[in-house]
Amino acid sequence: MLNVTSLQCIRGDRSLFQDLSFELSAGELMHLVGHNGSGKTTLLRTLAALAEPAAGTVAWDGKSIDDLQEEYTGNVLYIGHKNAIKDDLTAIENLQIACVLDGSPVAEDHVWQALAKIGLKGFEDLPTRVLSQGQKRRVSLARLLLSKTRLWILDEPFVALDKAAVSLLQQVLREHIEAGGMAIITTHQDVELITDQVKCLELGWKKQGRV
Amino acid sequence: MMKVFITVLRRDLLLAMRRKSDFTSTLFFFVVVVSLFPLAIGPELETLRLIAPGIVWVAALLASMLALDHIFSSDYIDGTLEQMLLTPQPLTMLVLAKIIAHWLITGLPLVLIAPVLGLQYDLSLQAIGILVLGLLLGTPALSLIGAIGAALTLGLRGGGILVSLLVLPLTIPVLIFGAGAVEAGVSGLGAEGHLYLLSAMLVMSLFLAPLATAIALRVALE
Repeated sequence: MLNVTSLQCIRGDRSLFQDLSFELSAGELMHLVGHNGSGKTTLLRTLAALAEPAAGTVAWDGKSIDDLQEEYTGNVLYIGHKNAIKDDLTAIENLQIACVLDGSPVAEDHVWQALAKIGLKGFEDLPTRVLSQGQKRRVSLARLLLSKTRLWILDEPFVALDKAAVSLLQQVLREHIEAGGMAIITTHQDVELITDQVKCLELGWKKQGRV
Repeated sequence: MMKVFITVLRRDLLLAMRRKSDFTSTLFFFVVVVSLFPLAIGPELETLRLIAPGIVWVAALLASMLALDHIFSSDYIDGTLEQMLLTPQPLTMLVLAKIIAHWLITGLPLVLIAPVLGLQYDLSLQAIGILVLGLLLGTPALSLIGAIGAALTLGLRGGGILVSLLVLPLTIPVLIFGAGAVEAGVSGLGAEGHLYLLSAMLVMSLFLAPLATAIALRVALE
């Protein structure tokens, strides 16, 4: 369970949000919405322990993530704006290395299956620099299929994906939530997050629909 | 844990194999700088023997400065470095693996080519031996110390110049004792003292540099 208490984040000299509190328990998905510059990415990076909050605490199963450190990061999968894949390595190599680093090495067969499932059959052993933007995103998101982590933090996961990939990703998310996982995602696209347990958190000071 | 260490090491070596220009350019720079001096100074063997250790060491230092940019920047740009911070592995371990890979790619070739370059300067076999041994101890220390600077200047504009300014003062002792070892050995004083000091610097930087680099990376990526 993730507990956030009176969190404040400052970017430059501007306070993005303050006194932000929420909790997320197993089997829940949180949809983070807010206009550009409202601090969505900053919040996600703070939750992933990449950035320090100016005030407040983030707790995982009752313990502060500052104390847990690597014990916490082992439970989290964060996919940000960058795909985090090496252009000179193949999709297979990229995913295998990522899995070893995540602490759960997988057999090569599994990686092939995951790539086939995400629609990259035939592209597995090409260097990823020859892939298109959307295909690179798919390689990056294939980690979700291989990951055993409980909390997924996804920053705009649907960017550059086609419709088929979006619906596949929705299904993967749903399965993860139904299996008792947690997820926090941001997206500007009109994507329906089809699970029963969706929380919505709105950041920012502008009303929705205003420029 | 060992598996993770080896995975990162292999990954970086594999990447270097796929993109050879990174390490060939360092080696090329080293060879060119060292080879130009005998041409410019003239074939006076006495002078050449005298200046050889200094030139080889200065060139090795500058070459390793030149290579520093590659150690973290490409991982930083494509986001894989960020992911390394998010793994349940100790970051110092990953950093150490990256530094060792970096040395194998950019440092070791310099050590291996040094005897050939030493011949251009008419160095004796003994002097070449000491030079290579010194480089073998000194260049890893240069990579380790340099990694701190590279991590600190990650993502800054004009980081290349800044990293040299930050790191060069710290590497001066390695330069002095590295070049001094050869002179001491040739003059009959014995190079042991210098080499021991180089080893001490290597051990100390092996212990402290990954820690400092890991902290610097966390700051740089915040």
